[in-house]
Amino acid sequence: MSKYYQPEIETMSVDEMKALQSEKLVKQVKRVYENVEYYRNLMDEKGVTPDDIKSIDDLHKLPFLTKADLRDAYPYGLLGTDLKNCVRIQSTSGTTGRRVVAFYTQADVDLWEECCARAVVAAGGTNEDVCQVAYGYGLFTGGPGLNGGSHKVGCLTLPMSSGNTERQIQFMRDLHSTILCCTPSYAAYIGETLKEMGLTPDDIDLKAGIFGAEPWTEEMRRDIEKALGIKAYDIYGLTETSGPGVSFECEEQTGMHINEDHFLAEIIDPDTGEVLPEGSKGELVFTSLDKEGFPLLRYRTRDICVLSRKKCSCGRTLIKMSKPMGRSDDMLIIRGVNVFPSQIETVLLQEGYSPNYLIEVDRANNTDTLDISVELTPEQFSDTVKDLAAKEKTLANAIKTMLGINPKVHLVAPKTITRSEGKAVRVIDKRKLHD
Amino acid sequence: MSVKQISVFVENKKGGLYEVTSVLNNAGIDIRALSIADTTDYGILRLIVSDHEKALEALKADGIIASVTDVLGIEVSDTPGGFSEAVKVLSDADITIEYAYAFITRHEGAACVIIRVEDNAKAANILGKAGISLIEAEKAFN
Repeated sequence: MSKYYQPEIETMSVDEMKALQSEKLVKQVKRVYENVEYYRNLMDEKGVTPDDIKSIDDLHKLPFLTKADLRDAYPYGLLGTDLKNCVRIQSTSGTTGRRVVAFYTQADVDLWEECCARAVVAAGGTNEDVCQVAYGYGLFTGGPGLNGGSHKVGCLTLPMSSGNTERQIQFMRDLHSTILCCTPSYAAYIGETLKEMGLTPDDIDLKAGIFGAEPWTEEMRRDIEKALGIKAYDIYGLTETSGPGVSFECEEQTGMHINEDHFLAEIIDPDTGEVLPEGSKGELVFTSLDKEGFPLLRYRTRDICVLSRKKCSCGRTLIKMSKPMGRSDDMLIIRGVNVFPSQIETVLLQEGYSPNYLIEVDRANNTDTLDISVELTPEQFSDTVKDLAAKEKTLANAIKTMLGINPKVHLVAPKTITRSEGKAVRVIDKRKLHD
Repeated sequence: MSVKQISVFVENKKGGLYEVTSVLNNAGIDIRALSIADTTDYGILRLIVSDHEKALEALKADGIIASVTDVLGIEVSDTPGGFSEAVKVLSDADITIEYAYAFITRHEGAACVIIRVEDNAKAANILGKAGISLIEAEKAFN
């Protein structure tokens, strides 16, 4: 088997790629203008017509889409085709207006799975491999994406979903899994469990891991590689564009190749929106060139990174993006879940607490921890520990319902959470995720 | 019948308890009895003081979370089995004691146990029938 899944695309010359992108962009803009009233209005406001877009050099003329647009247009406002043509929905985990619901036609599912297949092959996957997918299945894109990619490559696919770690290891040993797909924190956890079970990397057959959906460091990569005896590959994606597989790492491990035949990338200045030259650090923006169900044009990811066309030793010519180096908004990724501080604030107010809170995120044993300190109000106070503990539990449950992850809630005395002069410090992230 | 207790939320941090005691001291409040319930994050300080209204006002003025709770003060003889008898009476009547703390009063040979129950009137009635006397705040603490 080739070292590329689609060599004609993955090793295409830059000029050919740009021509292909231009051709697709012109068609996509016409289609979106005709079918998506929301985006047509944005283009009209900006005074841009589909005729103004003749190549990718005209991309900067198009209006941006942001998460706020997704909220305004929820759920069907950005749909690019009739619902009857759609076959799948995937969604982010938020339960409020922050939730992203994306629609897929069969062609969208196929192209998404192809993108994931490229990632699987880049990690050394062939039809002789056994690929254990331990990302969550369901609305979350992780499981379905890598499951599809693994199928396309012809790997024997184990749709494990996440959790039940001892069973994961049991299957891994009994069925000789060679590739593991999951979040990096779960991979690290599997590594620890392996050790606790008295096993070593020699007791399993894994050779590679495809890990994504949350930020991780080089240090963590080395730890996981050592604990599982594998080479660990990064994968990037977001539900708005499709899911994992928007970009993927090759054996060089120096950034992720973007599947730019489907997802046209730009780096902009997050403050001015101005397009920055290659090599600049800025906000990553994606334009879906082929998507039918949810065809987002110039979608601002809020991820800060750098693009590079430097020649890659793997032979792929696809442009590379660095690992995201931060966010241009306040979103946190905790255990693979997108969390906005404002979501937590909403719950606090609903439950009758003051909006003075502090979110502390840390990583213990390679698993993210979420601690929320909340100022107690005189009305909420009780003279028994039982009542106060019940209040903490109620609040923790309400936050879990909102975010899908379990926090630890701490009640603190009023006016103990620092009020700064300007912007309040609401979040302390101790994970040091960005080098 | 009942005694007024001041309940105070105290965070587990350096100086947390001192902040409360210094406010009371500055307001000229005398602490007659106290107990602390503690968890990993915070404690609840329960106090019987010389003037609960003034104490509450002073604490609130300082931004400290405090409230007044009605509790019962049981007078027990300062001899073995004194408190046990009262607990048995309540237990037999299915009354749960949320918390309790004791102190020796200035009256020789008598101790006082503060108890917190769900229904003060019911508990007082049952204790009274069993011949156990409750302490009136003014008498016990002055």
